[in-house]
Amino acid sequence: MNGDYFMTTSKILTSIAVMAVMTYCIRVLPMAIFRKKIQNRFVQSFLAYVPYAVLSAMTFPAIFSCTDSTASAAAGCAAAVILAYLGKSLLTVAVGASVVVYLVQLFLVF
Amino acid sequence: MNNRAFFQGIRDGLPICLGYFSVSFAFGMTCVISGFPLWAAVLTSLSNVTSAGQFAGVNLILADGAYVELAVTTLIINIRYFLMSLSMSQKVDPSVKLWQRLLISFGITDEIFAVSMQHPGTLKPPYMAGLLLTPIAGWTLGTFCGGAITSLIPPALSSALGIALYGMFIAIVIPPARKEKPILFTVVFAILLSCVFTYAPFLKQLSGGWGIILVTVIVSAVAAVLFPVKTPDEENL
Repeated sequence: MNGDYFMTTSKILTSIAVMAVMTYCIRVLPMAIFRKKIQNRFVQSFLAYVPYAVLSAMTFPAIFSCTDSTASAAAGCAAAVILAYLGKSLLTVAVGASVVVYLVQLFLVF
Repeated sequence: MNNRAFFQGIRDGLPICLGYFSVSFAFGMTCVISGFPLWAAVLTSLSNVTSAGQFAGVNLILADGAYVELAVTTLIINIRYFLMSLSMSQKVDPSVKLWQRLLISFGITDEIFAVSMQHPGTLKPPYMAGLLLTPIAGWTLGTFCGGAITSLIPPALSSALGIALYGMFIAIVIPPARKEKPILFTVVFAILLSCVFTYAPFLKQLSGGWGIILVTVIVSAVAAVLFPVKTPDEENL
């Protein structure tokens, strides 16, 4: 995740604009134009599952290569799953996983 | 009269604002740690006001994804707002003008949608202005505070924070998966299929963004066939 060389200001601004315009179109079109409800149960169900599918696919297996070593990443992942299972807040889970990665990396050095 | 509706909106938006502050705080933190500038993180939050959508978007920007990939990913993750906007359009007061509808649309999120659908009566601009103002302010301010504080963290620690974004995804996905079998199925199936797309011959040549889009569409479609959800109309209105 380290690539400052390609992240020019104009590229960042264009990317943010692409996201913002796309998101706004999705929100505004039904409100401004359509007045009908989607009755199709398949479409409604599909939309309900999308957030979970996409976040899971983005996290695995990418999470195992996001730190200096697979071992520390696996430990951090396990910590995140346990904390999340216990119903901790997003911030707690994110920081908890990072602390575990940090500790494992310290341990691996010695 | 209008003032009262506006402050009612502010009051209803306050719990959302607090929740958003902590989530966007984590977002600002992980952005800065991953090398995404603070100003860009704040601008993203202010102009997008989505959780999963902008997390995924920034992830893709950092991976140097193409604009088309970014657009399609944003579309798929945020397409649910289309549905919410449709439902909300039925509840908006008939007197609401087009330009007011255009402004209200900007703030359609899961939480704002949920609160406005519980609001008794039709939706009018003063109430909606208040209901949008506090959460959007909290979302943007949280991003700034999270990012600004991270700049003060020593580099040794910040490399370990690379996992923070994924930790956040896990925290979003696990609690509902624990409660509902269909979501658990969706999560497990998505993980397995994503691994297939990452390691299997031929499939792994797809760029990461497209692989995730395909996995999302396949998994959500299968889950929708196996576990159809109750339509909102059956529950209220």
